[in-house]
Amino acid sequence: MARVVVDVMLKPEILDPQGRAVQGALGRLGLSGVKDVRQGKQFVIELEGDLEGDRAALMEQLAGELLSNPVIEDFRMTVEQ
Amino acid sequence: MSIDTVQHAIDDPDHEQPYPELGLKPDEYQRIRDILGRRPTSSELAMYSVMWSEHCSYKSSKVHLRQFGEKKPETDALLVGIGENAGVVDIGEGWAVTFKVESHNHPSYVEPYQGAATGVGGIVRDILSMGARPLAVMDPLRFGPLDAPDTRRVLPGIVAGVGGYGNCLGLPNIGGEVVFDETYLGNPLVNALCVGAMRHEDIHLASAKGVGNLVVLYGARTGGDGIGGVSVLASETFDEGGPTKRPSVQVGDPFMEKLLIEATLEVLHSGLVEGIQDLGGAGISCATSELASNGEGGMHVWLDRVLLRDPTLSPEEILMSESQERMCAIVKPENLAAFEALCTKWDVEAIVIGEVNDSGRLTVDWHGERIVDVPPRTVAHEGPVYERPYHRPAWQDTLQGDAPSGLARPTSPEELRSTLIDLVGSPNLASKSWVTSQYDRYVLGNTVLAQPEDVGMVRVDEETGLGVAISTDCNGRFAKLDPYAGAQLALAESYRNVAASGAVPLAVTNCLNFGSPEDPEVMWQFAEATRGLADGCLALGIPVTGGNVSFYNQTGDTAILPTPVVGVLGVIDDVDRRTPMVWGPDGELIYLLGDTRDEFGGSEWAHHVHGHLGGLPPAVDLDRERLLGEILVAGSRDGMLTAAHDVSDGGVAQALVEMALRSGVGARFWAPEGLDAFTFLFSESAGRAIVVVPRSEELRFTEMCAARQLPAHRIGVVDSGLAADAGFEPGTQVLQYTDVFTVPLSELREVHERTLPEALA
Amino acid sequence: MRIGVVTFPGTLDDQDASRAVRVAGAEAVTLWHGDDDLKSVDAVVLPGGFSYGDYLRCGAISRFAPVMRALVDAANGGLPVLGICNGFQILCESHLLPGALTRNDSLHFVCRDQRLRIEDTTSMWTRDYAPGQEIVIPLKNGEGCFVANETTLDELEGEGRVIARYVDVNPNGSRRDIAGIRNARGNVVGLMPHPEHAVEPLTGPSTDGLGFFTSVLNSLVSAS
Repeated sequence: MARVVVDVMLKPEILDPQGRAVQGALGRLGLSGVKDVRQGKQFVIELEGDLEGDRAALMEQLAGELLSNPVIEDFRMTVEQ
Repeated sequence: MSIDTVQHAIDDPDHEQPYPELGLKPDEYQRIRDILGRRPTSSELAMYSVMWSEHCSYKSSKVHLRQFGEKKPETDALLVGIGENAGVVDIGEGWAVTFKVESHNHPSYVEPYQGAATGVGGIVRDILSMGARPLAVMDPLRFGPLDAPDTRRVLPGIVAGVGGYGNCLGLPNIGGEVVFDETYLGNPLVNALCVGAMRHEDIHLASAKGVGNLVVLYGARTGGDGIGGVSVLASETFDEGGPTKRPSVQVGDPFMEKLLIEATLEVLHSGLVEGIQDLGGAGISCATSELASNGEGGMHVWLDRVLLRDPTLSPEEILMSESQERMCAIVKPENLAAFEALCTKWDVEAIVIGEVNDSGRLTVDWHGERIVDVPPRTVAHEGPVYERPYHRPAWQDTLQGDAPSGLARPTSPEELRSTLIDLVGSPNLASKSWVTSQYDRYVLGNTVLAQPEDVGMVRVDEETGLGVAISTDCNGRFAKLDPYAGAQLALAESYRNVAASGAVPLAVTNCLNFGSPEDPEVMWQFAEATRGLADGCLALGIPVTGGNVSFYNQTGDTAILPTPVVGVLGVIDDVDRRTPMVWGPDGELIYLLGDTRDEFGGSEWAHHVHGHLGGLPPAVDLDRERLLGEILVAGSRDGMLTAAHDVSDGGVAQALVEMALRSGVGARFWAPEGLDAFTFLFSESAGRAIVVVPRSEELRFTEMCAARQLPAHRIGVVDSGLAADAGFEPGTQVLQYTDVFTVPLSELREVHERTLPEALA
Repeated sequence: MRIGVVTFPGTLDDQDASRAVRVAGAEAVTLWHGDDDLKSVDAVVLPGGFSYGDYLRCGAISRFAPVMRALVDAANGGLPVLGICNGFQILCESHLLPGALTRNDSLHFVCRDQRLRIEDTTSMWTRDYAPGQEIVIPLKNGEGCFVANETTLDELEGEGRVIARYVDVNPNGSRRDIAGIRNARGNVVGLMPHPEHAVEPLTGPSTDGLGFFTSVLNSLVSAS
């Protein structure tokens, strides 16, 4: 049983309108010193059996092509076996 | 970081510069050196390279586009002509409208959602920068075959991007096109149109007038968007490590654009702005050089004042950044505080980046050092102009000789019926509601007609009912067979659509999508299409007010179908009298106006059923189009018509099916005398429309047609009670071709509506 | 009668809501998100749109606007409030109404002429309709799927607080086809479809939406 967590974030150089709006709201609600907010998403994928070999490679590939958009997003994948 | 200053350029004249990587030819680079009397700084090189690009300078198309001005028909309607961000047309009662269509083809192929979204954003700012409140958008879209994997990748993303941006911005999407052809595979066409309205006195132009006036940059912060190419320059000036990777993709923020619209309209109406320009392609380079050369001729910019999203940007990158949702205004110093206050109200950042002067130069400083010192006209308006070679392709004769006359035609009633069903469900003729239902057509509450009607129509003035109608059209297959005629057919169809709605056609915009201008055969297509369009506009008496050219839409040696998309705008004095597609109660009479000939070259039937493209497109008769238009408008004005619908793709059969489905009421119909069933149903002869006339108006209407010598054939009657005789459950609505076949509307609807959802599920 | 229409940054249907108020015969009063003054209006409409771009969650940022502080107090005191689409989302985020609106089950934005059945005519915004009356008004949303836990849904049903339900097609996957709900008192109503886009035959699919606006006027008259 493997648990794969994929965090997807916009690449640092890409504009994040959502993060910008949240940053404004945090400031208006009294939180001082907010330098930057970036909003991302997280996928939690439960798999039968361990993730290894070809399946691990495919998982990694799909994280880069399906779960994230390589044109504008980076991903980070962690696996708990 | 070391900065390439003007002084540096003088001191180090032989420094080798990466102009080829920026797309400049050796002679273009030499010309820049001649203009400046020295080598350009890297910032100057950045500005010239982007402003002299095909996209910004129209260097390959200019010599052909001139015809739109030279052959301009006499008209009082044009308040502002080509050359500004968008032309402005007088629609009466003190109102003016501006409209324009632009392409965002390449970005939408790379990143469909953001490419399409920022296409909408860019055209809306174009309209806004004329001082107009944007009223509506439309999106002509073209894709590869519906069943191609790449179409399934780009289409949903593009549609979601158009909707995601436009819906959030609060502009109704009232029409457009969705067309499939294999040549668009890998070259999807995403054209975006916006129309806006203003009072005459609110027209604003992009010029920097008044020495001492301030140049204010406002809206989103500047980031590294869309400057992939310039990183060559940046890497030159970075001492070590090189720049961070710059995205070639621009990300749109429709929420910011909405705030920008409201803030802009408020500063304009408060009289706080002397000149205004949107920032699109070429960003600050374009805005400052255009504003300066249209005004007093001089401007100084402190580039380090620009508010940045990414503090590592180099000056070259800031000059070229295509970050979205930014505008540039010329403001008198005494108005600055009020201007800033209104920006603050709308949560929009504003910063003074420069000042208007009469130096005749555009100068830019970066932390006290001069990095740009150029004559602005040489950047903005006096770029290179090419007379690209062109010639008629050798294969053109073969193509035109391959007439569709030899293709097997349906003859029996069963064959005719199944051909109709097949076409109604074909990708190009099927319902596009899978696409259009993702667009908000209701917002602002002024949408009178929207897809699938012939036009989008919006009310401009709630008091008087004054409104405008717009249609965009192009059959690229016709243009491939004969680019001159094809462009005129696109114009004619768009014109006819506007007239069918009851509006008077007034002005034309265009988006000319072609392959590579460096291919003489493609260039011939372009030359022929522009010549055809210019001649056509002269013949119809409506001027071209602006447009856009998109070249290099090709994969390898294969160019897209030449696709001159033509948008026609019409005015209607009272939207209450618009003519929709929906017919009235039983007994109303269905008339076919115009002549139907055996014309199947480039038709949907030849394309879908036989995969055939050859022969000649339908004959063009612009005098007939004009007459038809006048009859359609007169019929609307005098209350003689219940419904009208243009006859084009798919012929009379498709037009009747669309009207019946929209109405939900059946009809029976027959062919005019002397016309065989196949030609009657599927020919795509131009200059035709179907109208529906109440019996009480029949005589008056037919007498008008006879007096004006427009052929009018009674071909049917609205009839909701055909079911029983045809062997269907009572109450079933059917379309019945007398003595030939009967089809229930439910069957037509199912076939018509399932194609896109099934393919895109 | 004076009916306030609130504009947040990113509100889109405010001019439509104001037009509907005028067509119904009342005065439309513009309210600004940054003001905590309700200008003594007799009722308030929170119109549709994408306030704050729908970023974070629809309505999540708007609920903290100064005008909402005043509005929540007034609504708890009985002021009639109608939240349409994004306005409904803001009312849920503000906890004036239970449940939440999530992404459509189709995952697409949808714009269509939607048939509804008016289920409750005791609210201040629906009294001019007949119980069970079917109406057709525009629906346009990307996040209109109404969700709540089973207990809350049972409570809403049991107390007759479902004011309208989708008929023929459930366009967004809303639980139990719920298109709109009200609070216990009946002064606060949230509705996903857009009655303000159906007040003129020229621009709407019908004039069926006008009833929401005439209802509140009649409610106010009979209350005074």
